[in-house]
Amino acid sequence: MALNAQWAEAWIRECSQVLTEHRSELIELDRAIGDADHGENMQRGFAAVVKKLDDGGQDTPAAVLKLTAMTLMSTVGGAAGPLYGTAFLRAATAVGDAAEIDPAAVVAFLTAARDGVVARGKAETGDKTMIDAWTPAVEAAETAQAAGASSLEVLEAAANAAQAGALATEPLSARKGRASYLGERSAGHRDPGAQSTALILQAAADTAGREQ
Amino acid sequence: MTVGLVIVSHSSKIAEGVIELAAQMAPGVRMQAAGGTSDSPSRIGTSLEKVQSALEEAEQGDGVVVLTDLGSAVMTAEMTLEFLSPDARARIRLPQAALVEGAVAAAVQAESGGTVDEVATAAERAIVSIDPESLEPFVSHGAAAPGPSAPLEESTEPPVTGAWTLPNKMGLHARPAAVIARALTDLDAEVTINGVDGKSVMLLMSLALGEGQELRAEATGPQAQEAIEYIGGEVKAGFGEI
Repeated sequence: MALNAQWAEAWIRECSQVLTEHRSELIELDRAIGDADHGENMQRGFAAVVKKLDDGGQDTPAAVLKLTAMTLMSTVGGAAGPLYGTAFLRAATAVGDAAEIDPAAVVAFLTAARDGVVARGKAETGDKTMIDAWTPAVEAAETAQAAGASSLEVLEAAANAAQAGALATEPLSARKGRASYLGERSAGHRDPGAQSTALILQAAADTAGREQ
Repeated sequence: MTVGLVIVSHSSKIAEGVIELAAQMAPGVRMQAAGGTSDSPSRIGTSLEKVQSALEEAEQGDGVVVLTDLGSAVMTAEMTLEFLSPDARARIRLPQAALVEGAVAAAVQAESGGTVDEVATAAERAIVSIDPESLEPFVSHGAAAPGPSAPLEESTEPPVTGAWTLPNKMGLHARPAAVIARALTDLDAEVTINGVDGKSVMLLMSLALGEGQELRAEATGPQAQEAIEYIGGEVKAGFGEI
């Protein structure tokens, strides 16, 4: 489908569903190196967004993304709240009032989201955080777009790279966030934030690939 | 009017408890808790909405100092500031401070009429008693950066000293501790009172000096003499309480 307001809404609803399905998985990842609340927090946050989407009134992709941002910031609770809140808010600003998002705008909003997470969390690549999923996603999206890919293909490239990035956090020692208290003991576990980022970007590609 | 305080914690109990504790020493300061998430019942976490409304409640025109616990509390507080107008934001401070010690020191400083910068500085200095090196790896990311450490510089000149007996019933309690710390902060001198940094409200209060006990001060630096005279004058006057 075209990347319009309907897509944005479908994406966020898909996130809610996928995060519900993966709730236990995220909780287990977070239990190993954090406070075991990531799965529940993300599920709750996106469920709250869906409830607001049900009221309607968002007629641009940016409006959907902004509503998502504001709701996540007040309902997620953990660090993921302000981090994803910032990501969606920056993404909303990046797409502006466009009715439809073209491939270049996909790259622009992914980049803005990633930059927002970096600014908010002050983490770098390799710190074993969600940045390790976001940055490969942005780079893959740039490469795909430069090669003339469609919006769907750009999102698919981003989603695949994010999942690879999340897997690649497993051997790392955490240098940011709650897991950094564990230092080297955090190695051997996948970062839950990187995994939820991969799920969210996969949901973006999956919904874009649907007929309507 | 005084500077207001907002306490942001993952736990509503912590936020309320910190305020309960600080309010004992600073009953006149407006303090607002922003603990836990927005949903009901509140869960562990922080909420943009809660921080926003706490800020509005705490602001009386003289500014607000926001103190946080770990991780997302800091990020949520930063986020809240970004949503404010530049004008409103200019009156808010977000010092890196130990939550409990910082809140008590900030409250006392606010109670004695400190500006928003002075209140924020008081909060930051409140952790001076802790040696950050010994806290590794917990203080390694700047998340709990210590306040400006005040190592006494090697001085070739002998210190100016003074010793007095506290004549007032309440001794060196919160208000005079804040008055002395504030006055000394304005002087170009390193001052030690009974072994602790004389510019730290928290450390002065931690001495728990009561009536009849001796206060010994030692000062170095260009304004050492003024510092000792000032402290002596205050003590002899019983901090205006006799």
